[in-house]
Amino acid sequence: MKTELPAIQVDILIVGAGPAGLAAAIAAKKAGVDSLIVLEREDNAGGILRQCIHNGFGLHRFKEELTGPEYAQRDIDTANEMEIDVRTGVTVLSVTKDKVVTAISKKYGLQIFQAKAVVLAMGCRERPRGALAIPGTRCAGIYSAGTAQKFVNLEGYMPGRTCVILGSGDIGLIMARRMTLQGAKVLACVELMPFSSGLNRNIVQCLHDYNIPLYLSHTVTDIHGKERVTGVTVSQVDENRRPIPGTEIEFECDTLLLSVGLIPENELTIGAGVEMSPATSGAVVDDHLQTSIPGIFACGNVLHVHDLVDFVSNESFKAGQAAADFVQGKQANGRVIPVKDGAGVRGAVPQQIRLEKGAEHENVDVMFRPDRVYQNPYVVVKADGKAIFSQKKMIMAPGEMANITLNAKQLAACEDAEAIEISISMEKPVLA
Amino acid sequence: MKGMGIMYDAIIIGAGVVGCAVAQQMAKYGGKLLVVDRMEDVADGASKANSGIVHAGFDAHPGTEKARLNVKGSKMYGALARELGVPYGQPGALVLGFSEEDRETLKKLLAQAEANEVEGCRIIERDEILEMEPNTNPEVVCALYAPTSGLVSPYEMTCALADSAAENGAEFSLANPVLEIKPTSDGNWLVLTERDEYKARAIVNCAGIGSGVLHNMISTRKVKLIARRGEYYLLDHMADIPFTMTMFQCPTKMGKGVLVSPTTHGNILLGPTADDIDNGYDVATTRKGLDTVMDKVRLTWPKVNLRQVITTFSGIRAHEENGDFIIGKVEGAPAGAYEAVGVESPGLSAAPAIGQELGDEVAAFLGLEKKADWKKPTPLPRAFRNMTDAEREEAYKKDPEYGVLVCRCEQVTEAEIRAAIRRPVGARSIDGVKRRTRAGMGRCQGGFCSPRVMEILCEELGVSPLEITKCGGESKLLVGTLHQIAKEARPDEN
Repeated sequence: MKTELPAIQVDILIVGAGPAGLAAAIAAKKAGVDSLIVLEREDNAGGILRQCIHNGFGLHRFKEELTGPEYAQRDIDTANEMEIDVRTGVTVLSVTKDKVVTAISKKYGLQIFQAKAVVLAMGCRERPRGALAIPGTRCAGIYSAGTAQKFVNLEGYMPGRTCVILGSGDIGLIMARRMTLQGAKVLACVELMPFSSGLNRNIVQCLHDYNIPLYLSHTVTDIHGKERVTGVTVSQVDENRRPIPGTEIEFECDTLLLSVGLIPENELTIGAGVEMSPATSGAVVDDHLQTSIPGIFACGNVLHVHDLVDFVSNESFKAGQAAADFVQGKQANGRVIPVKDGAGVRGAVPQQIRLEKGAEHENVDVMFRPDRVYQNPYVVVKADGKAIFSQKKMIMAPGEMANITLNAKQLAACEDAEAIEISISMEKPVLA
Repeated sequence: MKGMGIMYDAIIIGAGVVGCAVAQQMAKYGGKLLVVDRMEDVADGASKANSGIVHAGFDAHPGTEKARLNVKGSKMYGALARELGVPYGQPGALVLGFSEEDRETLKKLLAQAEANEVEGCRIIERDEILEMEPNTNPEVVCALYAPTSGLVSPYEMTCALADSAAENGAEFSLANPVLEIKPTSDGNWLVLTERDEYKARAIVNCAGIGSGVLHNMISTRKVKLIARRGEYYLLDHMADIPFTMTMFQCPTKMGKGVLVSPTTHGNILLGPTADDIDNGYDVATTRKGLDTVMDKVRLTWPKVNLRQVITTFSGIRAHEENGDFIIGKVEGAPAGAYEAVGVESPGLSAAPAIGQELGDEVAAFLGLEKKADWKKPTPLPRAFRNMTDAEREEAYKKDPEYGVLVCRCEQVTEAEIRAAIRRPVGARSIDGVKRRTRAGMGRCQGGFCSPRVMEILCEELGVSPLEITKCGGESKLLVGTLHQIAKEARPDEN
C-alpha cells in the first residue's frame, strides 16, 4: 500500500544540520540555489557540537578557539541570515537512488520530497560495548563517551563517580578531563593499540595535565558488577592484540566509558544503493564529493570520520557547491580515475578524481590515515606507478588525519593514468 | 507486611514465559491471582536470553514430557502469536551433518521426529542444502530438514502473555523475591517474599533456575537443578540475510549445540555454549565462551564476520539432572502445590502447552469456572519499523508522537515508547522499554536513544532521572547531579 502524498519538489535536500549539513547548505545557497531544505532529526541544529562544550574548535577556519556550541552557532546564524530552511525534529526514513526522500516529524507528519540533488550529512555514531564483545556482565554503568558527555553537558547529570576509560579516542580523552573537573575520579585510560587514536594535544591537555595514566597496549578483559559496574579487569595485550595472562590489573570503579571508534552512520546511504568503501565505512566519492549515484553527495563524518570540525566544514562547503553545480547543470565532466590506498595508507578520500583532459584543474585535497606511527616519512602519490608527488612529514599517526593537496600540474600528470596510488614511504622517491 | 491477610486463589512464582503462560490461562477463569518475581520486569531470566526457537520437536526423546509438550506447544504457537500480536515465523530448520557418522545421528533424530509425530521431516543431501542456504559450509554432507521449526521473540511473547493476564485481573508483584513457601495449618499456602507475605489456596512454582530450591522446600522427592549457561553473539540485521532457516549442528549430550539462526527481527543469533556453573544467576559472558561460539559457528558458516556483531549476552538453562521437565502437582506436598521445574530447552516451545495444561489443572483444583467476561488479548500494534508509508501516515494522524523517532537504529517512535510504559504490565526501566519496543536494541546499543528513553520514563512515571534504572534494583544509570557530585568531591567549595 503506497501513500497518496504528493511529493514536495526541492532542488537540494540536505540530510543533517550538524556542521557538515550547515556548511553544505550555506555553500549551496551562496552558489545561488534557493530551493533548499535541511532536515535535522534533533530538536536543534548543530549536531554533536552542541554537547562539545570544551574549546579548541575553529582554529583553522576562524583562527580562534571556540567551544563546540559557539562554532555551531556561527553556522546556524549564517544559515538564519541567509534564510536557509532548516527543519528540526524531522527524521529521514529513506533516500532512494531517484532522490526521493521520505521523512517524518511531529510537526509535519510523513513527508515525501523529490530532490534534484541530495547531500548526505548524517554524521557518525560511537562503537558500542557489544560490538567489541568485551566479556563480563551487562550491568549499568557502561557508556560510550559521547553518551556520558550528553548526560553531563546537556542534561546536567553525572553517570558515575569513579571511572575507567577504554579507548583513547578524542571524546574519551575529553571526557576524562570533563569527569575529573566535575569531581569524578578517572583511574585510567586504556588503549588496545601501542599508540593513541586521539589527537596529541588531547593526550597532553586531558590526561597528562590531570595525572591520568594512559595504558597503551592494554584492554579491558572483564567487567564486574551485578546491577551496576563494580570494577573492571585490564590486561596487557601482545602484538596480535591478544590479552597476556598474568598481566591483569583490577580497577574498582562504578563506570566504564568507551571511546573505541566512530562509525559513519550510513544506513540511508546504503538504502539508496550508493557504493560503499570498506576502508572508511562511508560512501565512495569523487573529488566533488559525489557518490556513485549522480546527484547524491556525502560530506563530513558520514563520509569518513574527521578529527577536526574545521575540516568537516571545509569538505562540506565543497559538497554544497558541487550539489549546486549539479542542479545548475554545471557538473564536472571527465574521466574518473580511482585513488587507491597504497602501503601505509588507510581510507583515502576521495576515492576517485574526475579529470577532463586538457582542462584547467582545481587543486584536489586527499585525506587519509596512516596505518601506524611513522617518523619522518614521505607521502608519495603515483600515477600508474610513476611518482608525481612527494611530501615529507615529521610524524604521522593514525590519530591524526593526513592531508595532501595535488595541484593543477600534478593532476595534469595523472590525466592518462589508470589509477592513482597514495602510499607512505621511508625513502625519498624520485619524481617522474 | 501489607499483604498479610490477603488471600489469593493462586500465586504463580516466576514471571518468565512459563509463569506468564500459566497466568494467562488461569486468568480465563475467575479467581484472585498473583504473579511474583524476583526481577523488576517479566521475562527477566531465561525468557529474555535464549535462542528464540520454537522447536519442531525432533530433538526430545519420545515418551518424555519434553517431547509431548514441545510438539503440543509448537502447534499452538502460530495462533497464539497472532492473537497476541507477537512476532513469530516458521522458516524451518536444518540439522547439519558433516560425516557419515553424523548421518547416523540424523537418522536417529528422524526416527524421533516420527515417534514424536513431528510433521514433514526428512534427510536431505548436500546440493539441496546449498540450494536452500547458500552460505552453509560447502563441506556439509547431509542434513535433517524440519519445516515446522519456528521463531518467536521470547521476551515479547512473555510480555504479551503478562499483559493479557493483567487485563483479566491478575496482579503482578515484581522485584519481590520469594524467600520461602510453606503449607499453613488451615490447608492453604504461605508465600514469604522479601517485601511481604501472602496466602493462597494454590501455588504454582514456575521459578526457572530458582524453582529447584522452592520444590525442595515442600516435596518429598528432591530434585537437583544444574545451571547451564549459554553465551551468544547477536549480529546486526543485514540487507541480505545470510540464513533464512535455523541452522543446527548435530546435538551432543549437553544440548542442541551451537546454532546460527535468524531472529524474528532479522538479526542473526550465534550460540549458545553449554557450561555448567555454580551461580545460577551469573549471566556474565566470558572470553572462552565467546571464542567457543565463534569457533563452532565457523563449521556452519565459514564466512561469519565479527564486524556485524552488535552485542553478546548469556542465559541460564535450568537443567534437571534427570533431563526431563517436571510438570504438575508437586510430589509429596500437601494439596494445592503445582510446578513447572527443570524447564530448559524446549521450554519456550512448550510454554503455551504447559500454560494451558497447568492453568487448567490448577483452576480445576480451585473449582473455578471459565469467566464469561474474559477479555481477549489486544494484539500488539504493528511496529512503526514494519509499517508501510500509508500506515505511518495513519498512525501519525492518530498520535503525532509517531512522528518522533527516538531510536534511529530500530526506528522506534516516542508514541511506541510511551505505549510500552503504559501497558498493563508496563516497562519500568531502560531494558524494559528495550524488550517491548526494541529501542536500544540496534547497532548503536542505545548510545543515542537511552538519554531520551530515560526522559520519557521520567515523564510517564513521574520520577527523577536519578531514579531510572537499566534493569531495576541498583542498576541506576546516573549517580547524581553535577552539583551533588562536585560538592562531594570538594565539600569546602561552593
